[in-house]
Amino acid sequence: MNIPRIVKIKQIINESPTVKTFIFDWDVKDEIPGQFMMVWNFNNEKPMSISYIDPVKNEIGISIRNIGKFTKQIHNLCEGDKLGLRGPYGRGFHIAGSKILVVGGGIGMAPIIAFSDKASGMGIEVHIISAATTHNELLFNDRIEKSDAKLLTCTDDGTSGFCGFGTDLAEKTLSEIDYDMVICCGPEVMMKKLFDIVEKFKIPAQFSMERYMKCGMGLCGQCCVDNVGWRICVEGPVFWTDELRMINEFGQYRRDSSGVKHNIP
Amino acid sequence: MTILEIELCGIKMRNPTMLAAGILGSTASSLNWAGRSGAGAVVTKSFGIEPNKGYSNPTTVEVMGGIINAVGLSNPGVNNFKLELEKLDKSVPAIASVYGANQYEFSDIVSKIENLVDAIELNVSCPHAMGGCGSAIGQDPNLTADIVRTVKKNVKIPVIVKLTPNVTDIVEIAQYAEDAGADALTLINSMGPGMKIDIETGIPILKNRVGGLSGPAIKPIAIRCVFDVFESVDIPIIGVGGIRDYKDVLEFLYAGAQCVQIGTSIMYEGMDIFTNINNGLRRFMDKKGYGSVDEIVGIAH
Ligand SMILES: Cc1cc2nc3c(=O)[nH]c(=O)nc-3n(C[C@H](O)[C@H](O)[C@H](O)COP(=O)(O)O)c2cc1C
Repeated sequence: MNIPRIVKIKQIINESPTVKTFIFDWDVKDEIPGQFMMVWNFNNEKPMSISYIDPVKNEIGISIRNIGKFTKQIHNLCEGDKLGLRGPYGRGFHIAGSKILVVGGGIGMAPIIAFSDKASGMGIEVHIISAATTHNELLFNDRIEKSDAKLLTCTDDGTSGFCGFGTDLAEKTLSEIDYDMVICCGPEVMMKKLFDIVEKFKIPAQFSMERYMKCGMGLCGQCCVDNVGWRICVEGPVFWTDELRMINEFGQYRRDSSGVKHNIP
Repeated sequence: MTILEIELCGIKMRNPTMLAAGILGSTASSLNWAGRSGAGAVVTKSFGIEPNKGYSNPTTVEVMGGIINAVGLSNPGVNNFKLELEKLDKSVPAIASVYGANQYEFSDIVSKIENLVDAIELNVSCPHAMGGCGSAIGQDPNLTADIVRTVKKNVKIPVIVKLTPNVTDIVEIAQYAEDAGADALTLINSMGPGMKIDIETGIPILKNRVGGLSGPAIKPIAIRCVFDVFESVDIPIIGVGGIRDYKDVLEFLYAGAQCVQIGTSIMYEGMDIFTNINNGLRRFMDKKGYGSVDEIVGIAH
């Protein structure tokens, strides 16, 4: 049922100066990387990507960047404090191919790390481009190092790895190495750029989109995208390139809580 | 051969199912999608004069037999909504659901979009609206009649009035609406309001604390409303409340509805619900030897 389940924060991991991961005991069934949870802090409720899934320990985690009122309230919580969670919601990433390039920008790394852990755990060769503003904002480096995935870092200021846009590094990498598939989550401007690049290289790719969300259960219509009308919370948030071609607001505009359009960026 | 086509206030529909107001429907894209998915007509999300953010989350929570919601009529306002209506693909008839605080607001909105839709549905029945809108109007027969009369004076397309079940006597309100010139009635909007409290924390889950109940749980009440109103008015009735399969639709038709709207059950059945219901209806009517939907409207009386 679409009702928040009250869970205790089991562990808090400081990932960067602005990002924390919150781990919960959870009866893991078919949670898939790319899916999201509706997170209720008894004041407001917002969608958050699942960043960690452990079906053995029965734990899941979400990673949150402190960017506004809601995320700040959650950052102020301690281990043992409670939150309400409902989900998982939406269609996650499809795992296919034997060599995958995954690209994550900023907090977009949250579903990316869950995907990378799962895919590399299955023996798939995963190369990760992790992009951030600066070196100490690079997320999940320790988790990536523990896995079999190969990490390529990328920072705006050049303090770690490639200096410049993640998309530039992705384009360079794609021209040197053949991949079966590309996976991406990050700021929409970056995803749009990468979309154009993978179209050029004719590689199938999946992107995780984000829109203002209210009900999370496919009814209110707040997260429907033009021109197809699909709901980010049900048909999305993950779309293949051939689907994104039909979502013509992708990279162009998004609607706010009243439904008024705003251009991206 | 069974024919599912119907005519409502002169509007031809290929089948008797519509997308209900407020379920998707905030954009042309989602309305067109419902049309492509088999709905016979689509109703927009209710919109008003100004952009409205609605209530904060949580705005919806599931309960036994449905959900309670306090979305709070969020919408981008008539001027933005007009741009959406211009993008309707017109594959099926479109009905604009509008709300306001008084007859002037209603008339103002309706006059701006009349040429873009096939009919208007007046939402005087939302149980969680702010500022004197919604059921604050629909629970008062005189206020309801004033708004219907004014809107009717200002538009040429059919005006449908959507009523709330949260009244002592829905028949009285229905008659006032009919006398004021309504072309059809939609019965019913969500019920209550209701509340759900989290048992771990003792906190009401909805941010607005209370919200309208919808889904299969309210169907028996919706059926009764349609049945009672059918006995006392001559204008067509659109039945809505808890429809999940074709059998539910049959009950509404038997009670006196000429067609139906579907909302909450999209949560359970997805957008295929329209096609599935229409296939079920066609099979059932074939088997029973009914030639058209009109033949079965009101047979419970
Ligand atoms: C999330 C949600 C939003 C709704 N928004 C509106 C609305 O904007 N205007 C309106 O007239 N009715 C609105 N309704 C009421 C429905 O149109 C319908 O009358 C009611 O839900 C009963 O039908 P159902 O059980 O099939 O959902 C809304 C219902 C839900 C669940």
